Amino acid sequence: MNHKVAVTVNGRKHEHEVEPRLLLVHYLRDVVGLTGTHIGCDTSQCGACTIHVDGKAVKSCTMFAVQADGRSLTTIEGMAKGDELHPIQQAFWDEHGLQCGYCTPGFIMAAAYLLEQNPNPTEDEIRRGLEGNLCRCTGYVNIIKAVQSAAKTMSGTPARKTQVAAGGS
Amino acid sequence: MAVTQLVGAKIHRREDPRLITGHGHYIDDFVRQGTAHAAFARSPVAHARIKSIDVTDASKAPGVVGVYTARDFKGQLAGTHPAAPAFVAEKKFVPERFPIAEKEVRYQGEIVAVVLAETKAQAADAANMIQVDYDELPAVMDLEKALAKGSPKAHEDGPDNVCWDFTYTPLDLTEAAFKEADVVVKERVLQNRLAPVPMEPRGVLAEYEGFDKKLTLWLSSQNPHFIRLFVSGALGLKESQVRVISPDVGGGFGSKISPYPEDYLVPALSRIAARPVKWIETRTESIQTSTHGRGQFYDCEVAAKKDGTLLAMRVVQYVDVGAYHGTFGAFQPVACLMAGGGYKWKGISARTVGVLTNRVPTDPYRGAGRPEATHLVERMVDLVALELKMDPVDIRKKNFIQPEDFPFTQNFGLVVDSGDYEKSLDKALELAGYAELRKKQAELRKQGRFFGIGLSTWIELCGFGPSAATAPATGGIALVESAQVRVTPTGAVIVYTGTHSHGQGHETTFSQIVADQLGVPLDSVELRHGDTAEGTSFGYGTYGSRSLAVGGVAISKAVGKVIDKGKKLAAHIFEAAEEDVVFEHGNFHVKGSPDKSKAFGEVAFASYGMGLPEGMEQGLEAVAYFDPPNLVWPFGAHVAVVEIDAETGTAKIEKYVAVDDCGNIINPMIVDGQIHGGVVQAIAQALYEEVVYDESTGQLKTGTLIDYLIPSMGEIPPFILDKTITPSPTNDLGVKGIGEAGTIAASIAVINAICDALSPLGIKHVDMPAPPDKLWHMMKEARQ
Repeated sequence: MNHKVAVTVNGRKHEHEVEPRLLLVHYLRDVVGLTGTHIGCDTSQCGACTIHVDGKAVKSCTMFAVQADGRSLTTIEGMAKGDELHPIQQAFWDEHGLQCGYCTPGFIMAAAYLLEQNPNPTEDEIRRGLEGNLCRCTGYVNIIKAVQSAAKTMSGTPARKTQVAAGGS
Repeated sequence: MAVTQLVGAKIHRREDPRLITGHGHYIDDFVRQGTAHAAFARSPVAHARIKSIDVTDASKAPGVVGVYTARDFKGQLAGTHPAAPAFVAEKKFVPERFPIAEKEVRYQGEIVAVVLAETKAQAADAANMIQVDYDELPAVMDLEKALAKGSPKAHEDGPDNVCWDFTYTPLDLTEAAFKEADVVVKERVLQNRLAPVPMEPRGVLAEYEGFDKKLTLWLSSQNPHFIRLFVSGALGLKESQVRVISPDVGGGFGSKISPYPEDYLVPALSRIAARPVKWIETRTESIQTSTHGRGQFYDCEVAAKKDGTLLAMRVVQYVDVGAYHGTFGAFQPVACLMAGGGYKWKGISARTVGVLTNRVPTDPYRGAGRPEATHLVERMVDLVALELKMDPVDIRKKNFIQPEDFPFTQNFGLVVDSGDYEKSLDKALELAGYAELRKKQAELRKQGRFFGIGLSTWIELCGFGPSAATAPATGGIALVESAQVRVTPTGAVIVYTGTHSHGQGHETTFSQIVADQLGVPLDSVELRHGDTAEGTSFGYGTYGSRSLAVGGVAISKAVGKVIDKGKKLAAHIFEAAEEDVVFEHGNFHVKGSPDKSKAFGEVAFASYGMGLPEGMEQGLEAVAYFDPPNLVWPFGAHVAVVEIDAETGTAKIEKYVAVDDCGNIINPMIVDGQIHGGVVQAIAQALYEEVVYDESTGQLKTGTLIDYLIPSMGEIPPFILDKTITPSPTNDLGVKGIGEAGTIAASIAVINAICDALSPLGIKHVDMPAPPDKLWHMMKEARQ
């Protein structure tokens, strides 16, 4: 009772026969072979599996692979152009926005959608916009800084300085 | 030119490019041809006899390779789960533990059967079809009831529920001090049970090659060499037959130090089924069966003089051991030995009691024993201050160990290597604006608002070794650290360390040390870890803030040996005496003639050639072990400013100041990151997190991230960080540790602020966690 699913992932077309119950995140990891999208919970709390589906940030554990049929998907592997990092990736690197790095792909994908919707968010808007992603290492301080810094790079306007951004050396 | 500018500089992490692009290698990213997938059937009840297990339906399910129960592993696995002596050498009862239950289950989530199938989903489906008939037994949940005569037992065949009961220092030691006291304060202080929740759950991939009799084990671990030691022993293999590879590790926080049942069962299954076997933990399995932290309470009394002089402390620690002794579970009594904090005491009486219950075993969780000690002493000191109507700053300053007292032998004979506690406190108070905050508090109190300021002047012991202290604690293996430095003919430097990063950035910081010492660019240095097939014969892992202070120093020692050999060879090339050869900025030269020099790379190349000095072997490489002479002792001062909403009971952290001292700093960016993360984990302990079981049935009520609240970005306060730098005299780098500082310091800063905020209502003490509903009820009751 497998179903056909045809998707574009990071610009490349893929077609597979899959079980209808296969989650999109498992499809990407185990069938397409893109392991940058991670799984951190069973209940859609952690956001480690966030990808873009037709340009929108989606937790890929909340969709079946068959629901993605005909859609265009972007995963973390599709963010850099060759050796050139996406500004958000660069900002996570520059601002030490990751430690173990497990949650990072999901954060970058969620942040990319946030900044597309709101190119110059306040700190509060960043906090609300990314509260669906969990990180256990960074205490979020440098993730906020990274998103602020990326917003600045991407929009060409200065990031709004906040108390959090001023913390630390 | 590289001189000494890398150490101390904000160097961006070398591990990041792969991690930010989705090219990291975590355990679930590994695939072996022909892999079968394992799914475990786990006990749904806390305590029961297993009457029967029926695997008929499961065995017939699609894709199933086999279904296995305890009996199937009898010839495969030997011995019991390791339980290190740690800080309690004398145990009353350490239950036998086989990785899979046969006759009795003792906690919800204990493994009773395992399915192997062609796919993950088929394995999970079949595991649900296993029928187990349980005869339920009473669940032992409450520590005090568990210690009462006639209590039901966590293990039916156990003598009672006492795992250990050990007195470090007797009560009479403090009798005289309590007699001379003007004031005595008493409190019971709780430590909520916590789930470590690394974002990457555990996982094991095992491939046993029957004809070679070799096992390769990929697993997400902080401690690959110890896992090799334990697993090879249980499987009846030599360590040389087992290779453990711990790749990128998505966080650990202590929960990936000890071996787990799955670490034994998955390789055993690979040997049974003659194919690779993989298992990846689900989040519910993680919360249900990965070791928990804390889970303790303390009965404490402190005697003091009217003027605020602290005299003596009496402390009894009760540890919820869980259903079995965690491998390093008896580490947590270190809290007793650290209960005096950064203060001088005439005496401390301390006793620890470990109690078996029908919960998941406890084991170290970020800080392990030291957060508990800080929380206890900082709470008690505030209670004394409240009693004496003293400012919490004044009582601390009055009793601090002073800079001139170091090295200071504290009440349990531990030697505190260095410190300047008042300096860090003063800096924190200045950054917080303490005097203004007290004025603001007086104003707000007049308006009926609940505004509090909490202090935590914390100290820590970390950096395990030394050998004399740690070999008895592990049961024989001294916690030192090893390093190997290999220089190739073209001067590339490969460094192997026995520690293992799970987010700490060792590839960057350790390379900074090596590049500076050798005067070569950072790019010339490659750091490798996490694979027991590479580097030295044994490594000791990453936990207890030990990697830099022990592992980093071992690396530096090995580099020193390489330089020494380079000098000998350079002397030969220069036809000079060895003692006249100088190595600086990456070049060897004869004293007084720096213009005639040989670069490090040239000497490396020459070492692989001919015409070496007599007796010198080819090559340029060295192994070093570092056995530190003492532990290292970081410290600092944190200030939390909290306002509690009178209507909702919500404690909002308005400001958080952390001034920490971890000795010399290799990479300030990484140090700050460690503090941020640790502080937020401790704030979460203070305000949100608690593993909750039903007290009568032993059912886990917080088995998902819906019920177990780890903070999101919305919950974190604004931070102000600063440092003092007091180099450690214990090692040549002058470094201490910073990985656990945040969790050691922060929970009590928040709780002291909450207590301070609520003191106008007559509330003296609040336990963790302190969520809004609890504070709201406390405030309501206090007003009545």
